[in-house]
Amino acid sequence: MTDLKYRLAPASEMSRYCFPNNAVSGDASRCVCLIDSSTVEEINHIVHNGGLYKRPFNEAFEETPMLVAVLTYVGYGVLTLFGYLRDFMRQWKIEKCQNATEREEQKDFVPLYQDFENFYNRNLYMRIRDSWNRPICSVPGAKVDMMERVSHDYNWTFTYTGRVIKDIINMGSYNYLGFAQKTGACQEAAAKVLSQYGAGVCSTRQEMGNLDKHEELEKLVARFLGVESAMAYGMGFATNSMNIPALVGKGCLILSDELNHASLVLGARLSGATIRIFKHNNMQSLEKLLKDAIVHGQPRTRRPWKKILILVEGIYSMEGSIVRLPEVIALKKKYKSYLYLDEAHSIGALGPSGRGVVEYFGLNPEDVDVMMGTFTKSFGAAGGYIGGKKELIDYLRTYSHSAAYATSMSPPVVEQIITSVKCIMGEDGTNIGRARVQQLAENTRYFRRRLKEMGFIIYGNEDSPVVPLMLYMPAKIGAFGREMLKRNIGVVVVGFPATPIIESRARFCLSAAHTKEMLDTGGSVLATRTKQFCKYTWEQEEV
Amino acid sequence: KRVRDTRTKLAPAYHLILEGILILWIIRLLFSKTYKLQERSDLTLKEKEELIEEWQPEPLVPPVPKDHPALNYNIVSGPPTHIITVNGKECINFASFNFLGLLNNEKVKSAAQASLKKYGVGTCGPRGFYGTFDVHLELEERLAKFMRTEEAIIYSYGFATIASAIPAYSKRGDIVFVDEAACFAIQKGLQASRSNIKLFKHNDMADLERLLKEQETEDQKNPRKARVTRRFIVVEGLYMNTGDICPLPELIKLKYKYKVRIFLEESLSFGVLGEHGRGITEHFGINIDDIDLISANMENSLASIGGFCCGRSFIIDHQRLSGQGYCFSASLPPLLAAAAIEALNIMEDSPDIFQTLRAKCERIHKALQGISGLKVVGESFSPALHLQLEESCGSRENDVKLLKRVVDYCMNSGIALTQARYLEKEEKCLPPPRTRTGQICVELDCCFLIPLSHIIRISVLHCIVTSRFFH
Repeated sequence: MTDLKYRLAPASEMSRYCFPNNAVSGDASRCVCLIDSSTVEEINHIVHNGGLYKRPFNEAFEETPMLVAVLTYVGYGVLTLFGYLRDFMRQWKIEKCQNATEREEQKDFVPLYQDFENFYNRNLYMRIRDSWNRPICSVPGAKVDMMERVSHDYNWTFTYTGRVIKDIINMGSYNYLGFAQKTGACQEAAAKVLSQYGAGVCSTRQEMGNLDKHEELEKLVARFLGVESAMAYGMGFATNSMNIPALVGKGCLILSDELNHASLVLGARLSGATIRIFKHNNMQSLEKLLKDAIVHGQPRTRRPWKKILILVEGIYSMEGSIVRLPEVIALKKKYKSYLYLDEAHSIGALGPSGRGVVEYFGLNPEDVDVMMGTFTKSFGAAGGYIGGKKELIDYLRTYSHSAAYATSMSPPVVEQIITSVKCIMGEDGTNIGRARVQQLAENTRYFRRRLKEMGFIIYGNEDSPVVPLMLYMPAKIGAFGREMLKRNIGVVVVGFPATPIIESRARFCLSAAHTKEMLDTGGSVLATRTKQFCKYTWEQEEV
Repeated sequence: KRVRDTRTKLAPAYHLILEGILILWIIRLLFSKTYKLQERSDLTLKEKEELIEEWQPEPLVPPVPKDHPALNYNIVSGPPTHIITVNGKECINFASFNFLGLLNNEKVKSAAQASLKKYGVGTCGPRGFYGTFDVHLELEERLAKFMRTEEAIIYSYGFATIASAIPAYSKRGDIVFVDEAACFAIQKGLQASRSNIKLFKHNDMADLERLLKEQETEDQKNPRKARVTRRFIVVEGLYMNTGDICPLPELIKLKYKYKVRIFLEESLSFGVLGEHGRGITEHFGINIDDIDLISANMENSLASIGGFCCGRSFIIDHQRLSGQGYCFSASLPPLLAAAAIEALNIMEDSPDIFQTLRAKCERIHKALQGISGLKVVGESFSPALHLQLEESCGSRENDVKLLKRVVDYCMNSGIALTQARYLEKEEKCLPPPRTRTGQICVELDCCFLIPLSHIIRISVLHCIVTSRFFH
């Protein structure tokens, strides 16, 4: 075991913090214990289900140090006070009011926005607004060109200087397998299809928008995933929000992870089913909910539930954690519920041949009832898909909202997906796909190890290409983004409300297109320039 | 004189007794058992396990009959332009929303090719995280300039445009007055917003005024609540489900009389109505600032993918942080944005395209009149018409089967029509079964005009002559 936090102990010492060593090295007489330190809480571990995992599962979410938490709250408090002060000054015209205002003719209408709703926007978000929506003008590959913009009024308005900042190392785009390219087989194929078919489709799938290309794509995706049948949609977000209502309705129960994506939450809400939340990646919480649901039935009427659907994601993009799929499938089989797996980030990024989290854990794709994913991240295109049994897909072809009312996918985009899937599967006759998947795994391990060695707090699973680096304090969000950009590295910073209020973070998305030199550059910038204000971890203990 | 010190006077007796009772009550509450709101489960472990064993869920999806009309899609090979190859047969395409014929336009395709060579296909991120390209910014500027509004915002999916825009402004407790014939995307947006929905009869301004008056009397009962309840009217420029337009001037009058904001959905009317294709506001000559939000998708006239909203910055800027389909979804692929920009260029450079479209629509509308058994639903200048059965065959299923035979017959004769697809269980006000036709594509080659209507007339006359369908 290369991780510093574990030690081997005799099996008799097995406690809540251990997992059987046979999951790792085949030795059943010993268990691997986590160091029971008071600063190391909430470390997820495999307990009695160790036999379900065929590979080590290392996730860590180090707890926020107390001093840092207090300082973060103080920081937000100061910002809020200043916010009130500025609002006061704006109201009394001491300071110029920069926001857009309502029309004169409509001043007596009910106000469109409540003042408080926008407090966060005006006073906190506006100060660091330049960290987001950065406009680029090249392929979003490993290096990207950005349009320079300046603000002379503290981010209320931006002007473009006309200069282009070239060759910024791009650690923010979801380009896991490096298919965002402007040259190569994918681009040529897409160009050919574009000249043949045009850009749009102008009709829905059920009417006149079902091209032969779509049928080809769906067969290919089904083969890639190892399922009976698949269906593709034009937007990943809409795949969730339009298909979950088709699968479940009133009288059904949805068990959704705490940190699910907005599209899953919206789809669950629109379906009209009852929603219950279980703690993030916590199997005990999920099992308790399942037991209670079946035993007690629907609230008040006590009728049995029509069906239970568990919504989980493959990789959670804000935490970098991977779902505990073997345990979820074991629970699902035991309690006869259905599993909806959203592989937006994990398809192409996990698994020895890029087939996602199911392959990563060595499980059978038929165990997952609904396999959903998107083409935006690892395939360099746009859209989403759902794969599963033929009855499921036939039903979705008939009753999905998207098939009946939304325009189908654009042909060049479809061709890009077809070419990139064939490349990953190795059917184009080259080794590129395989090499990229391996490169991504290597990059992930290397980068994560380096950041840990430098002393940063990194969340998530060891194998996840999404690397969140904790910043905590609000001022550091803006500072980190700007410092990295000055040194030509583009990162993504996230704060409230995408994350809990004291857990702001910077997020690195690794790519197979990143070379070791780029990762080293990133690491050295972090080590020299930003380390003094981001180094938090207390964990340096040796085994 | 000695001042009596009243501070040390003993408290009155009732005060002490009250305090004593309160202390005893607190002690009792602290030590009494807490009651869970949910009924306590008195089941034993064994009983629970039995219940878990016995429970059988429904199958994930019910089986779909093999001959379900929506199950077997038509397969189109090649571009879906005005001549389309459906299921191996070449037909004239009356079923795609390619109103201006820009789908196969060479200039549009070359602009998209140039963009493909520069940016690749996907954007690999949402707008907030390195997914904003200069083409997106350019498209937003151009759309805002074209529609003569302050700002525009683009979405990567047409359906998601209005479905994300409505919940960004209208929340729980707000009131939305919406036309009965609103399309499905609007219905989903309203459902996501959790507001109070009040339906008014299609295009019936008297019904709408009645609802607004009722709301006014409600407001007078509770003025405090009324001051924070936002109100909206959601209408479409050209309704997809009925093919007619909304009476916008009357709506504007109602807006100012009852202080309600208007959201206008212009997916079908953008690029169709108005002298320059600016939509229904230009058609009626209304100041665009009177409409709070205009939303349209770029999948009809612009022959691209995606959608946009335009209006004043005060309104549109809010969606950049609250529009779910904007913040949490990848941005539009640059090649599609470039195609839309080029299509917009063509629309601006040749405004006579709209007159040609209107003339053809009127022609087809006239040509389709007088078919016994089928009535034409839609305005004469609407490029999307419906053919509906004059008399129902008894049940919706039979109507659908009959229309399918009509459509199949037309397809075999070289005209591609389509049945209008609805999700029967999901629509609030389900339109009757009909075929959608007359999606006229402007063919700039004028000599095509006459044979077009000729063929329609003949093929439909064939239906009558053989009288296999209507008796």
